[in-house]
Amino acid sequence: MTVDESFTSLPLGDLAEAALSRARDLGAEHADFRVETVRSQHINLRDGNVDGVSDSSDSGLSVRVVFDGTWGFAAGVVLTPASAAALAEQAVEVARVSKPVNSEPVVLAPEPAHGEHVWVSSYRVNPFDVPDTEKIAHFQRWSERLLGAEGVAHVDAEFQAVQECKYFADLAGNRLTQQRIRTEGALTAVAVDEETGAFETMRTVAPPVGRGWEFFTGNEIHDWDAELDALPGLLRDKLAAPSVEPGEYDLVIDPSNLWLVIHESIGHATELDRALGYEAAYAGTSFATLDKLGTLKYGSPVMNVTGDRVSEHGLGTVGFDDEGVQTQAWDIVKDGILAGYQLDRRIAQLKGLNGGRSNGCAFADSAAHVPIQRMANVSLQPAQDGPSVQEMISRVRRGLYIVGDKSWSIDMQRYNFQFTGQRAFLIEDGELKGQVKDFAYQATTTDFWGAMEAVGGPQTYVVAGSFQCGKGQPGQVAPVSHGAPTALFRGIRILNTVQEAGQ
Amino acid sequence: MTSQQATPQQLVEKALELSRADGAVVLVDAGTDANLRWANNTLTTNGVSAGQQVTVISMKNGATGAASAASGVVGRSGVDLSTLEDLVRASEKAAEESGPAEDANELIPCRASADWDQAPAQTDVSVFASFAPALGETLAAARAEGNLLFGYAEHSLTTQYLGSSTGLRLRHAQPTGSVQLNAKSGDRSRSAWTGVPTADFSDVDVVAAGQDLARRLEWAKRRIDLPAGRYETLLPPSSVADLMIYAYWSAALRDAVDGRSVFSKSGGGSRIGESLAGASPVKATLRSDPSAPGLECAPYVDAYSSSAETSVFDNGLALAPTEWVKDGVLAALPATRRTAAAADAPLTPFVDNLILEAAPGATGPSLAEMTAATGDGLLLTSLWYIREVDPQTLLLTGLTRDGVYKVEGGEVVGEVTNFRFNESPVSLLSRIAEAGRTERTFSREWGDYFNRAAMPALRIPDFNMSSVSPAS
Repeated sequence: MTVDESFTSLPLGDLAEAALSRARDLGAEHADFRVETVRSQHINLRDGNVDGVSDSSDSGLSVRVVFDGTWGFAAGVVLTPASAAALAEQAVEVARVSKPVNSEPVVLAPEPAHGEHVWVSSYRVNPFDVPDTEKIAHFQRWSERLLGAEGVAHVDAEFQAVQECKYFADLAGNRLTQQRIRTEGALTAVAVDEETGAFETMRTVAPPVGRGWEFFTGNEIHDWDAELDALPGLLRDKLAAPSVEPGEYDLVIDPSNLWLVIHESIGHATELDRALGYEAAYAGTSFATLDKLGTLKYGSPVMNVTGDRVSEHGLGTVGFDDEGVQTQAWDIVKDGILAGYQLDRRIAQLKGLNGGRSNGCAFADSAAHVPIQRMANVSLQPAQDGPSVQEMISRVRRGLYIVGDKSWSIDMQRYNFQFTGQRAFLIEDGELKGQVKDFAYQATTTDFWGAMEAVGGPQTYVVAGSFQCGKGQPGQVAPVSHGAPTALFRGIRILNTVQEAGQ
Repeated sequence: MTSQQATPQQLVEKALELSRADGAVVLVDAGTDANLRWANNTLTTNGVSAGQQVTVISMKNGATGAASAASGVVGRSGVDLSTLEDLVRASEKAAEESGPAEDANELIPCRASADWDQAPAQTDVSVFASFAPALGETLAAARAEGNLLFGYAEHSLTTQYLGSSTGLRLRHAQPTGSVQLNAKSGDRSRSAWTGVPTADFSDVDVVAAGQDLARRLEWAKRRIDLPAGRYETLLPPSSVADLMIYAYWSAALRDAVDGRSVFSKSGGGSRIGESLAGASPVKATLRSDPSAPGLECAPYVDAYSSSAETSVFDNGLALAPTEWVKDGVLAALPATRRTAAAADAPLTPFVDNLILEAAPGATGPSLAEMTAATGDGLLLTSLWYIREVDPQTLLLTGLTRDGVYKVEGGEVVGEVTNFRFNESPVSLLSRIAEAGRTERTFSREWGDYFNRAAMPALRIPDFNMSSVSPAS
């Protein structure tokens, strides 16, 4: 695969030279320059009819400087050397104006210069090369398949694809060109009991992926046929299912649900900028503060969590970050103990972690935004000889087997959380006994991970994730993947959401 | 992206001239933004940006308004006259490939804004000319008291130009701004927050806000542990906005008549005409008005894609004051022309502001007066991480944050631990014991997306605090 020619044909080198030389002439200690084009497509169908198709392309350029120990940033859309140089001047001016409220001079961790590189993510078919008619017809067929099943009143289908092209250059001599592709597709079926007015929904659990259109055209990567065949029956069962009895349950949690708990309670909690307070007014801080590194008992000894930006098809995978740092993999939780953080160059320098080198977690979601520390692919590792799903279910006397993500919420220090799911099956004496509905589980992060008795083997491992992780001010979104095996937890609090609503 | 600069009006006219579709709508959004961010008493990031997005919506496959019409929506930034044709053709191709649109309708007839010819309004870092020194003073005061300040200030000005093949030429300049300020004690065990919406920063008194936060940090020196449970709770206007905005976003008429929303009626149809106030003595009115003083927003529909709430075919449709809930009775739900006609309901498109009032023009007590009249209850500062748990009841979950205070005998007596709540905003409307005066406020959770709200403080006798959060 190669980078989109409409991007590489832009005068990228000339623009970089104009911006960086102007910043250097004005006395910037550091300057970096980006050109980005992010193309996004959304296709939405309602009951098999096109509800909306939109295709947007966001292009721009930006200059970031450290001038007199202070950040300055400016972004625009006109791709000329004169405009690039003017942005450099503007960025220096912003730094000059802001200097009076900056009391900590900015110093960046060293990073080897990598020179010129081209990096392209791993995919087979670029979704933007596939005609819209084909994509729409594909999701129409799937919608009609569900609508034809007994009890399905409505079907929503959505498809999303993103192609992200980025050029990065800096005063150190880096000239990095990268392209990433990602896709996501989901179908949601709705069942309505017209007599009572009750309704239930159920969504496919196929994850968003760092892959192309090939993800949707067969069962090789995800078994779409099996999922679509099963969905109407699962939905009918959910509508007719008894309301859950609140109380303590053992939980066997599928990766399609557990990824989101990992994201919220580990991924965000181990962003060091949060732990140090740089997100305090907005996203919040973290209970996993730096003084606890190497000592905090995050979870049980079977808990091993890694961060990486290098795993193939990961949504957070890339060759270099937006500070020119070559991407890496590292431990975040080792044998249940907090072992590492996600870093950018400023924070790596401030705290001397990772040998004083960033581990490549600085990203912006467009040229219009400044890079901030963003989450890597954060994954719970399976046990090499770990149990199967059936083995874990067989160990439970009274519990729930939870599949698919739905509602999620966690507090600003990443302690107290509440999640629901697409479906939950009652487990009695080691056997599945059908669905229950109206469930949510609540726990505190370290209690929850401390209650993890077993992680499944590699055969249970699935990589899920999100296109839309929000952080920062102005707000930015980032894609990120989370791998997880199925896992067994003991004694987790289950709520009945109908009772919670006071009904 | 090229070197040539075209005006938004030129882009609109040229795109319409190039169009070979049966009908077309062109939206040009020219925006500028300036922001400052600080943490741990020092600046962290800042920036200015300028951008221009052109969106072309083409209607194809028959005369505009025919049932078979399809729409193709393509938007790009950095487009100029020389690259505009690519965009127009891409939009037409998208329309051809999309197939029939359910919301197909005739485009809105010719109408023009008096200021159509004006250039885009712009902001830059100078908007902080008086704010930045005041912020510096506030940061210095925090340092002197051993406290830490965190926060963010942003100002944006987006001018939208909407043209259509039927002769629409509409312009709207939208200023949007806010300051969020968070103070923490030096050991970070105590925390207080405030958010201020503003159109131009001339009305922001950051020094006073800093002093107010310092006072609340003093309140928090006494810690009181309370278990989860249902408590009499004073919700400040910011938190009421968090909850009511979510209800508004969940109120599409189409979803209601589909039987899949809290506003669906058993047996079919919507709950329009039904009382939501229950036994509450407060029969509240929830309304929108594009010309509401201080909350002015686009006076016409601007839809970039079709959904349950909006239709690209409705672009340019004039918006009027709309009462969603009138004296406690559900009066309207956000609707497109298509869904309103299909449901035989009033045509009430979505408007970008929201106002809750105990009664039209009512002047209720301030939050301070409501606190003084509280015998035993909780006073919240803000809510956070609000997500939908159950669409059937519109049960939402989320957390309290940056200050929950215990009130006894009309006085704040200390700070309570944070809680996770599980509550439905629709249910709350039937349980309001008292409503304060409506004031301009900033939703902490949704203010980035929905900036224009005016809400009263509410007294809820039995707010459901589902569990205790150890976060501080």
